[in-house]
Order: sequence, then C-alpha cells, then structure tokens
Amino acid sequence: MSETSTTEQTTGIRPQRSRMSSILFILTLIALIIGVSVCNKLPAEHPLYVSNYMVTLLGKYLTYAILAVAVDLVWGYLGILSLGHAAFFALGGYVMGMHLMRQIGDRGVYGNPDLPDFMVFLNWTELPWYWLGSDHFAFTALMILLVPGLLAFLFGWFAFRSRVNGVYLSIITQALTYALMLAFFRNEMGFGGNNGLTDFRELLGFDLRSDDVRLGLFIASGVALLLVYLLCDSILRSRLGKVAIAIRDAEDRTRFIGYRVESVKLALFTLSAMIAGIAGALYVPQVGIINPGEFAPLNSIEVVVWVAIGGRGTLYGAVLGALGVNYAKTWFTGAFPEAWLFALGLLFVVVTLLLPRGVAGLLKFKRSSKAAS
Amino acid sequence: MSTPQPSTSPAVFRRDKVFEFLIPKQVEDLDLSHGTALYLENISVNFDGFQAINGLNFYVNTGELRCLIGPNGAGKTTLMDIVTGKTRPDTGTAWFGQKINLLRMDEAEIAQAGIGRKFQKPTVFENLSVFDNLELSMAGTRKLWPTYRARLGSETLDRIEAMASTINLLPQIHALAGSLSHGQKQWLEIGMLIMQNPVLLLVDEPAAGMTHQEMDRTVELLTRLAGDHAIVVVEHDMDFVRALNSPVTVLHQGSVLAEGSMAEVQSNPDVMRVYLGTESSSC
Repeated sequence: MSETSTTEQTTGIRPQRSRMSSILFILTLIALIIGVSVCNKLPAEHPLYVSNYMVTLLGKYLTYAILAVAVDLVWGYLGILSLGHAAFFALGGYVMGMHLMRQIGDRGVYGNPDLPDFMVFLNWTELPWYWLGSDHFAFTALMILLVPGLLAFLFGWFAFRSRVNGVYLSIITQALTYALMLAFFRNEMGFGGNNGLTDFRELLGFDLRSDDVRLGLFIASGVALLLVYLLCDSILRSRLGKVAIAIRDAEDRTRFIGYRVESVKLALFTLSAMIAGIAGALYVPQVGIINPGEFAPLNSIEVVVWVAIGGRGTLYGAVLGALGVNYAKTWFTGAFPEAWLFALGLLFVVVTLLLPRGVAGLLKFKRSSKAAS
Repeated sequence: MSTPQPSTSPAVFRRDKVFEFLIPKQVEDLDLSHGTALYLENISVNFDGFQAINGLNFYVNTGELRCLIGPNGAGKTTLMDIVTGKTRPDTGTAWFGQKINLLRMDEAEIAQAGIGRKFQKPTVFENLSVFDNLELSMAGTRKLWPTYRARLGSETLDRIEAMASTINLLPQIHALAGSLSHGQKQWLEIGMLIMQNPVLLLVDEPAAGMTHQEMDRTVELLTRLAGDHAIVVVEHDMDFVRALNSPVTVLHQGSVLAEGSMAEVQSNPDVMRVYLGTESSSC
C-alpha cells in the first residue's frame, strides 16, 4: 500500500507455505521403516528386538494408513464423505488374492494345476473369463489400479453429474459396498464365496511365510505410503488442491468462477479409489486372506473414524489416526475384548467434541496471519 | 382427420430436425459487434405454480452500468440465475453477444465465456487466504492438468497484488478469508469477480452490510469498471442506486415495469403505485 516498500512487497507477496510438517512426516516414516527393519534383525533377546509378528502387524497398519490417506483426500479436502472406501480396498485385495491363488498352482489340496481349490470343490471345470490373466503379475498390478478406479469412475460419473451431495452421497457409497459384499458372498460369483481367497503360498516366487518376505512386505507398504503421501501432498499444494478446498467450502461459488466441479470430484475420487486399491493389494499378502467381510459397511465407517480422530484435512493426521486407533484396537481387544467398541465410540465422541480437528489439530501450529494491523 | 402438427408433436418424432444431443456443441467466440452484451427475450420461469419471471425482455449494452430494482419477489435473483445457468427458463432465449446461447451451457461454461456473478450473501472461500481466493478466480485455465501444474509467475503475483490493493486488502493478503469482516468479504468477492475479467458482471446487492464510507468506495469502483465491463447491479438501497447515476430497470412480478434514468423511473406512476402500495392494481 505505501509507496515506499513496493519492491519489498512484490517479492513478499508470494505465500510462504511451510513444508515443515511434510518433511517431519516423511523423515519419521523413513526412520520407522529403517528402524523396524534393523530391530527385526537383532537377536531375539535384545531389548530393542521387534518380533516378526509385530512387523506383519505394523505392515498391516501401514496399509490401513494408505487407505486413511485415500479417504482423507476426498473427505478432508473435497468434502465427499465416502462411507464405501473399504469396497475399493477390498477390490484391490481381491485382485491381488486372485493372483496369489493362481500362484499356488498344483500344490492345492486337490492338486489341480489350473483351478483354485474352491472351484474344484464346486465342480467348476474351467476358469471364469474374469480370472484370465490373473497369473501374470504385471496384469495383476494394472488391475489393482484399474478395477477400483473404473468402479469409482462409473460411480462418480453418475453421482457427481447428478449433483448428488452430502448425506445422500454417503448413503449411496454405503449401499455400494453393501451390495458388493452381498455379491461376493455368493459362491457362483467365482471369488470363493463366504470363505474368500486364502492359503496363499508365494508372491513373485517369494515364500509368503518366510520372515524376510514379511519384512519385505512391511517395507513395501511403508514405501507405498510414502509415495502416496508425496503424490497427494503435491496435488494438495497445487492450485488444484486449493480448488478442492474451494469446492468443499462453497461448491456453487467454485462453479461460478468457472471450474468444472464434477470433473475435479471425479478425478480425485477415482485417484482416491486407486490408492485404496493399492492399500488392499498390500494388505492381502500380509494377512493371508481376503473374504467378503472386508466389504462390510462397518469397515468403511471405521476408516472415517480413524481419519476424524487423527485429524481430517491433514494427511499426516489421517496416518496418525489409522496407526493410533489400530494399535489401540490390537491392544484393547487383547486386554478387554468386549470393551473395544465402547472405547472406540467414546474416543470418537471425545475427539469430535473436544478436538474437532483431531489429534493433528493439537500438533498444528496456529496459522500465522500476517495482518499488519 | 388429424393433420400433423409439427409444433406439438414430441421432438423424437420430428423429421425436420436431428436429435438435440447429436448437434455438435460449438463453443463460439464472443461476438459483441452489435454493441449488446446480453439479450434476454420472452423469458418465463414457473416454480411450482409461482410465476417468477413472466415474458421478460431485457438487454444490456456492452460497457453499460445498469441497475435492477424491484420489490421482493420481482424476479431479480431469478434473472441472475438464468443468465448464469443456475436456473433453466421454461420459455425464451438468452444470448450472450450474438453467438453464445446461454441456455445450452452450464455454470462453469458460462463463467468461462465471460459472465461473472457476485452473490447476495458474500461467498468467499473461508478456509483459503485472500491471496488464494484471488488466485483461484483469476482468468486462466480451468482444465484439470494445467491447474495442477500451474505455477505462480511474477505477472500473476503482480496482478494479485494490484487487485488486493484495489480492494484494500493488501495488509490481510495472507489472512484466511473467513477472518475478514462482512464488508471486507464483500470487497474480496468483488475483487474475485474482477480477477475473472468478465465481459458482463452481475452484482447482487453489493452494498449490503457496508458502511457509508465503504459504499462510496463501491460506487466509485463500479463506476470505474463500467466501460470495460458491462455491469448489472441489483440493489435495494435507493441511495446507492442514485449514487451510481445510471439507467435503471424496474422489475415487478417477473417482467419489466419501467426503464430509464432514476428520475424518470421515480416519477413513473406505475412504479409509484408498486412501491407506495397504492390500491387499484394494474392487473
């Protein structure tokens, strides 16, 4: 405003966005991956030894964290409360599960080199068409992205074009995952029905039961989380990320400025579904089973609770929430098995009432407004 | 003995036309060669029995500043909704310049074609800074990938800084828009509108919630913008309208009641009857 400091202002007007939280998060994650890997290799009597059980558990949590980031991307930044993201997670898991089933080969109970055990059991004579190609890892990797992505694209195409919003959209996503659960429960679908896919042996020639492979899967999950975080962070820091927040806060205004709201929603929703698919694909080899229970509506709601507790609208908050709540769940269900749901409910209520920005809100530094007055 | 009546038979059976969706959508360039920015002709809108707009004809010249007044329910906001694509009229035509048919476009396309709108209630992006608000509204690409790849060049920074200084928000440029006062939000929204560089600006109640001082500055700003932009201002505050000193259109029950300068309109007996609520209604 004042004519004396124009040169200073032209350089000073560029917004200074702190990258501290991102850098801190990335360093912590890398330290966690390396630390756990090293501690796992220590002798078992060493005080810092991390057991193989713990490594697999942490690997599972990391895939949950990836799923939480996917949900936070659409809920925290775009305002789409998806109560069906576990469906994309489970679809990615099923694609990976199919590949792992084919890897069993003739070592199954029935020794059939072409058909998985459950198909032999159901007197199927040949593979259904949608199982074709699942024996190739590259094809599987592609499908892990494409299957959830395509479903999200079709779903979003109709939902966002019809301008379905808010609670209605949430209910439809919930119905979507419920419908998929019912479909996958059916034996004639060809996905193992109630039992799902299990008895996995190896992935890319590595024995899934060996400790080193389990550590490898943990590291892969950590690296995947890191890459997903970097991708989401780059989007949210760009102008597109600001458009997303604009849509969350004032959708109509964004439209009248000239942004095509449904395209932004469709693109980010599809991306988010693909990320959820990756998480599911990494989850399945670590837990050794995928069944229709993963589509249960409750699972999707639980993811939303993690994000809410960790801090909606911050990526690291979503990760914190997923890791923290799941660790608490593991501990709690061991100590007081019946009380877990009450504890989770209580935690959710307390966080909603006292910490509307979640745990991340506690850590977050107050945004400094450079008001000169 | 029924004779075929092309006008009443369903569109599917008509043989003189192809299906609507088969006609390629052409995004025409804006053509203002006849000096008229907006043509609204014979527009009617009916909301569940309520005739919001009734056979309205309304024209805006390029660079003109026009005030739109009328009692509540006269159809002022509905008119803006039609122009910006929020509401589709039942009948009538709406053209932006000679070549752009507004009735075949959605909100985003209309905004990109060069029509900006300020809402009655100030709507800014509260969780973004003043800077971000201005950056997002700045004319430029709206496609996904270029938006993702967009970088802040020095030209962009200069434009944002100049606008922030015009709307008196330079000291608060990095503050969240949600922390601004009501009047400042109004200003920010006007600033966002100008950043879009629209040919036609629709401004709904810009003076609401402003102090007298702020109002004077708004009048000054709008007057300065007219000429480069065609502006339609909807306002209830008659002092503000008088201060703008521009042609006035009076809407009543969804159609134009009178047009002319403020003095002419004020002495119009129809207008006096509507505003003063005298009996013996005209229809």
